[in-house]
Amino acid sequence: MLRAVIGIALAAALVALPHGLSFSQQEILVFLTINVLLVASYRLLTLTGEWSLGHVVIMGVGAYASALFTKQLGLFVPLSMLLGALTAAAVAWALSFPLFRMKGFYFLIGSFAAGEIIRLLWKRFRDPFGGPKGLKGIDPMPDFSIGFYDFDFFEPVSYYYFAGTVVAVCLWIMWRIEHSPVGLTFHAVHWQDKLAQASGIDVRAYRTRAFVIASGFAGLAGALLAHYIGTINPNSFDVEVMVFVLTWAIVGGTATFYGPILGCVMLTVLNEIVLRELGFEQMRPLIYGAVMILSILFLPKGLESVVERLVGPRRARA
Amino acid sequence: MSPILEVDGLTMRFGGLTAVDGLSFSVAEGVIHGLIGPNGAGKTTTFNAISGFYRPSGGEIRLRGQVISGQPMHEVARRGLVRTFQHSTLFAELTVLENAVVGTHMVHRPNLLAAVTGSDRAARAEARERARAALDFFGLAGQENERAGDLAHGHQRALGMAVAYAAGPQIVLLDEPFTGMNPEETRAMMVLMEKLRDSGVTILIVEHDMHAIMGLCERITCMSFGKLLAEGAPREIREHPDVIEAYLGGTHHAA
Ligand SMILES: Nc1ncnc2c1ncn2[C@@H]1O[C@H](COP(=O)(O)OP(=O)(O)O)[C@@H](O)[C@H]1O
Ligand SMILES: [Mg+2]
Repeated sequence: MLRAVIGIALAAALVALPHGLSFSQQEILVFLTINVLLVASYRLLTLTGEWSLGHVVIMGVGAYASALFTKQLGLFVPLSMLLGALTAAAVAWALSFPLFRMKGFYFLIGSFAAGEIIRLLWKRFRDPFGGPKGLKGIDPMPDFSIGFYDFDFFEPVSYYYFAGTVVAVCLWIMWRIEHSPVGLTFHAVHWQDKLAQASGIDVRAYRTRAFVIASGFAGLAGALLAHYIGTINPNSFDVEVMVFVLTWAIVGGTATFYGPILGCVMLTVLNEIVLRELGFEQMRPLIYGAVMILSILFLPKGLESVVERLVGPRRARA
Repeated sequence: MSPILEVDGLTMRFGGLTAVDGLSFSVAEGVIHGLIGPNGAGKTTTFNAISGFYRPSGGEIRLRGQVISGQPMHEVARRGLVRTFQHSTLFAELTVLENAVVGTHMVHRPNLLAAVTGSDRAARAEARERARAALDFFGLAGQENERAGDLAHGHQRALGMAVAYAAGPQIVLLDEPFTGMNPEETRAMMVLMEKLRDSGVTILIVEHDMHAIMGLCERITCMSFGKLLAEGAPREIREHPDVIEAYLGGTHHAA
């Protein structure tokens, strides 16, 4: 009951939110919404214990694929977004064969290398990826109406509602997965892969599963981004963005579902509202680095640990 | 009765060291079978090779006549052979109940689509029931919601066995299950093992508590320096000159 009330209040606040913001803040809100999906999918990937440095490139795979599906095949934008997500998942599946021969640090480095190879392919092949300049003039979402609201995608508010709905559905699916026997198995694989195997769990198959699902959602985030900004290039998905994702996840904490989302929201607010107003925008990487180090030193379990202490422990899986 | 498990010329080498050297023995169905030997004799290595954690350097292992050597551990588990680990190996961060639910993995395979749509409700409830029954069997019913890593050492051993039991195995391999238990807990655990055996589960057990081994096992295999030393009923093993020699000759510590 209480949860339903909180949920409705939160939804109402999220619907009302853009109306109190300036145009440029509304645009930032759209990026934030997409980044929430990106970082939440990243946490799903880390559930089995492997941290990837290729997640942002996988997001880019979704972005490129979705853009190309509309450009080259003239597909309906929402459909190409879905296909973009599936392409990202398929690429992740293919990459899982070499990558999941590695664990821990080697996996980290392997995933980085795989991502750089993909970025090189984008740069190298002007056709179809547009080379270093990337793709321009990507089709926007076509406007449509649902009776009481007209989506006009020239307005960031409309795209915010659209992306927000997609992201909400994705978060719901990821939440369901984590709080299911499949999610429990992910945790089991993370905490004790030997015992998991002795219980009949195909550890590698589950690692692959988490990687592929997370990559699908990251790909969808990339597609949402591509059709909003209309232009993407290999540097839109470089390691700097990956460092932002890591910072959100580490600052927020990865023990809970909402931790990384919290980190993403807080740091975006810090960045866009505080830093931009103060004119420190250029120093973003530096400040992110400092925030990451400070949070590792003083808040090793992330912002979520503060919330958990305030709200009190709750836990339920399976 | 036909053997459920046959170890045939098992050899396990680590670099220059031969930890298990042409070991052969078989385990009859429905018995409690002991595997003993001095510290470093190769018992844990033998378990690791049987359960698929290691790929044997030589020899063959058969479960109900089918070759399982070379299969990965989860495949061996799926065929009905489940092992526990020498040191308490648990999902320390998960609750006691969650640990046991993971144990039911093979019985109630998680399904991704059903997990999202929620159509696996019945299966989830069954898995929890099965997990609770396993906890109940090993006397952990009151501790379901505790974090597994917070349990007392003896209870952690019991939970390790409950996780294996929840998997519904035909044969379990227990590596030093009584470590960390007081004499009373050990006695209680011995009764449970007999109950487990009577329910049709074959047990292969490594244990250094000689009193427990002699009391529990119908048959005992003794190994030393990776080789078979003697095999027989507890009385024969106790009086076997080579066994006495092996235990008294090197270290006094029997493991
Ligand atoms: N992974 C390994 N790598 C190298 N040597 C090992 C490994 N595992 C076990 N050994 C060696 O094999 C021998 C047998 O060990 P083990 O099977 O643990 O004996 P036990 O369980 O009978 O005490 C020991 O000499 C041990 O050092
Ligand atoms: Mg041992």
